[in-house]
Amino acid sequence: MMHNLTIKQMSEKLRAGEFTSVQLTQHYLDRIDKFDAELNAYITVTPELAISMAEEADKRIAAGDAELLTGIPVAHKDIFCTDGVKTSCASKMLDNFIAPYDANVVTLLKKMGMPILGKTNMDEFAMGSSSESSYYGATKNPWDHKAVPGGSSGGAAAVIAAGLAPMATGTDTGGSIRQPASFCGITGIKPTYGAVSRFGIIAYASSFDQAGPMTRSAEDSAWMLNAMAGFDERDSTSLERETPDYTIELERSLKGLKIGVPAEYFGEGLDSEVSDVVKAAIAEIEALGAEVVEVHLPNKDLAVPSYYVLAPAEASANLSRFDGMRFGYRCEKPNDLEDLYKRSRSEGFGEEVKRRIMVGAYALSAGYYDAYYLKAQKLRRMVRDDFIKAFNECDVIMGPVAPTPAFNIGEKSDDQVSMYLSDLYTIPVNLAGLPALSVPAGFAQDRPVGLHIVGPYFSEAKLLNIGHQFQQVTDWHTKMPAQYQ
Amino acid sequence: MSWEVVIGLEIHAQLTTKSKIFSGASTAYGAAPNSQACPIDIGMPGMLPVLNQAVIGKSILLGLALDAEIGKRSVFDRKNYFYPDLPKGYQTTQFEFPIVGQGKMEIELEDGTKKIIGVTRAHLEEDAGKSVHGLVPGQTGVDLNRAGTPLLEIVSDPDMSSAKEAVAYAKKMHELVQYLGICDGNMQEGSFRVDSNVSVRRPGEPLGTRAELKNINSFRFIEKAIEIEIERQIELIESGGTVVQETRLYDADNDTTRSMRTKEDANDYRYFPCPDLLPVIITDEDIEAVRATMPELPDAKRARFVSEFGLSDYDAAVLTSSRAMAEFFEQLVTLTDAKDIKLCANWMTSGFSAALNRDGLSVEKSPVSAKGLAGMIVRILDNSISGKIAKQVFDAMWKGEGTADEIIEAKGLKQITDTGAIEALVDEVLANNPSQVEAYKAGQTKMLGYFVGQIMKASGGQANPGQVNQMLVAKLK
Repeated sequence: MMHNLTIKQMSEKLRAGEFTSVQLTQHYLDRIDKFDAELNAYITVTPELAISMAEEADKRIAAGDAELLTGIPVAHKDIFCTDGVKTSCASKMLDNFIAPYDANVVTLLKKMGMPILGKTNMDEFAMGSSSESSYYGATKNPWDHKAVPGGSSGGAAAVIAAGLAPMATGTDTGGSIRQPASFCGITGIKPTYGAVSRFGIIAYASSFDQAGPMTRSAEDSAWMLNAMAGFDERDSTSLERETPDYTIELERSLKGLKIGVPAEYFGEGLDSEVSDVVKAAIAEIEALGAEVVEVHLPNKDLAVPSYYVLAPAEASANLSRFDGMRFGYRCEKPNDLEDLYKRSRSEGFGEEVKRRIMVGAYALSAGYYDAYYLKAQKLRRMVRDDFIKAFNECDVIMGPVAPTPAFNIGEKSDDQVSMYLSDLYTIPVNLAGLPALSVPAGFAQDRPVGLHIVGPYFSEAKLLNIGHQFQQVTDWHTKMPAQYQ
Repeated sequence: MSWEVVIGLEIHAQLTTKSKIFSGASTAYGAAPNSQACPIDIGMPGMLPVLNQAVIGKSILLGLALDAEIGKRSVFDRKNYFYPDLPKGYQTTQFEFPIVGQGKMEIELEDGTKKIIGVTRAHLEEDAGKSVHGLVPGQTGVDLNRAGTPLLEIVSDPDMSSAKEAVAYAKKMHELVQYLGICDGNMQEGSFRVDSNVSVRRPGEPLGTRAELKNINSFRFIEKAIEIEIERQIELIESGGTVVQETRLYDADNDTTRSMRTKEDANDYRYFPCPDLLPVIITDEDIEAVRATMPELPDAKRARFVSEFGLSDYDAAVLTSSRAMAEFFEQLVTLTDAKDIKLCANWMTSGFSAALNRDGLSVEKSPVSAKGLAGMIVRILDNSISGKIAKQVFDAMWKGEGTADEIIEAKGLKQITDTGAIEALVDEVLANNPSQVEAYKAGQTKMLGYFVGQIMKASGGQANPGQVNQMLVAKLK
């Protein structure tokens, strides 16, 4: 079946004329038709756009003017602005919003000739770890419809896991690519902060937000990251450096690789089955010639509190533009200006978004700024320094992505603190701005579990190399839930 | 018991950049509403600011002119509040680390006294849009063309103790930013806006509560507004009341100030560093590169005009009132080989300035160039035309009728210097006025002026008055 191929295989077959981009795209559209009513992984499906882009791609392929990704369809998280197609950020606030521009990532993938299948579901404004806070309803985990797919890029992870798209874009502010990748048994990488332009991505927490690919395999992610990354003068925090070829190290041997394993990551709160899966995966990589060393990240417990001050603080300002004035939701019959602001925002935002705006505004308010915002910035530096120190002793750090496999829909939606703590392994990486990969490593309670590989700045090619080599000796990444095969 | 007045000014100067501080949209004034607001200015989702590098050099220039510290690492912050003309719900500004630190400026009052006024800081920020009333009946519109226009907010120390000092400071700053070429100074269009913080106290007591007078668009009204605000505060306190911290609007029609909003309505702006922008790093090399472009400043220029050209303080002040005016004058002096600097100065301060004022034009828009005016002055100097005829020539040049030479030729205005022709005119006038000649000879020497007038009239103004005078005196002996 077409949806079981790797990206490279798809590309080869497209060029060899074994099938066309239109056929490939239609195959995915048919699967979306068949499965998505139940899965709810897409907010918007764009069949006409997809087919017309596929037709263009076929022309390029026929003319010999194709890139490796030309003709291979993609699904965009509904946080990437897409010219002419609704971009809702899974919020009632933007249910009517159609951007007159493309996000830089969308522009780059359009230039590659990748047909857009649609826009994937997510937590509202990317605030959440389960995709349950979407205005359009929760997405289900393809491995178990009772379970969440993770979040916030839960829709993206689910469409890859269920074969409803071969590639998907995601964003990761505190784990939003890696945790759903882990929960859905797919591969996802959060690049170094600044490697992928944020232009046109609706901001949640600007100093953390980073886009990345979500795919079946590390190899697929490497090809997709090649297309997504690069300096963009429209994003001042975009890194002005030459974009490397992320596929170049894929085949390298892992002999001599030093894997740092922090004891702190295997302590209390970690599900024992998850722990076993992760340890087994690390052992597998050790068997490929790598060496395990113990490292310490003593300030890891400061990461979640720091993040839940800083991210909401930034969000509280980032989301002020949603005021009912120029675009988005406006309340009915406002009495006056203040009523318009208050009701548009109260009615347009969901509970979790409002909670974070209030937490953030509080942390920034006069008299509290030093105690919260500045303190949290200090903690952020401490967490980053831990990593920098640890990387003096190892090449990469490995551990779990999340303390548990996917939890059940509704299980944590009333207990935010427990939801926040489910990101304790991923958040430190965002505080430090480091790149990190999640690759499927096995199952716990019949639900997928990912291995978390964190590297120094700009080590994406190394991380993908490790992921790829691991996937040469394991088949977790090729597994699909039975009903979607 | 006497009162002491304490005034500090906050001046918003729009910087003369082609595009906005964080987007590529045009900053031109007066376009159709929202036609110069791009997605970044509108605060659309996913849009990001990119700093217009041109604002950095302009800020450094002001800092150097004010002898101020330049912020080697300045940081943009977000100032959070909701208002319809503020698209993002926050203003991007500089709070803790401004680009220009403590500086100073010397002002001179009308009576010649000088005073140093401290400048606390100057920071970069984006302008807001404007609310538009009356375009749609019963509704308020928003025009975001101005949103994102670069501003330097120049904050003074509370060093001024009268309305006159405040206005002298504001005028000096107004002159300075235009000299530096960083702001066009157009107060009507809001390019240069002055907010005044005014308080009063008994000598030796701590600072009184201040009121802020906002958005007054002429120096005359600023002075009046401050004066009546001082009076209001003194009367209020003397009658047992207390001044509340508030923003007050000046009502020019009724010559009063009234409360706009009080401190109770004040926002907690929740400033924090903008994560979308990197800190602005300025090196010593950057500062030196800007210093090399520093134009001669007004005070130095005035002093030089007095010493180098021998002008009066008054003429020097008028001729340096703008950089364009001073450049025009210096060109004029060069083009006339500095033969009669006083004559050049007189033409600039009278005929030329009067014509500009009459037509409401700036020096840059003058229909007569320095070269054109020099062409005329050269003709006065070589006696081709008299000063009086020159006025006629100048008016024709102003109307675009050609160069001085073309006009003199076309209108036959060349001065009569031929002795024979002048003698004929003198003889004719003396012959026609025998009784006046008698009177002159009887000692009424003031009759000379009468004869000169008659002769000039007979010559159509073209006779050389000096020659006429000489000849008359000789003939009447």
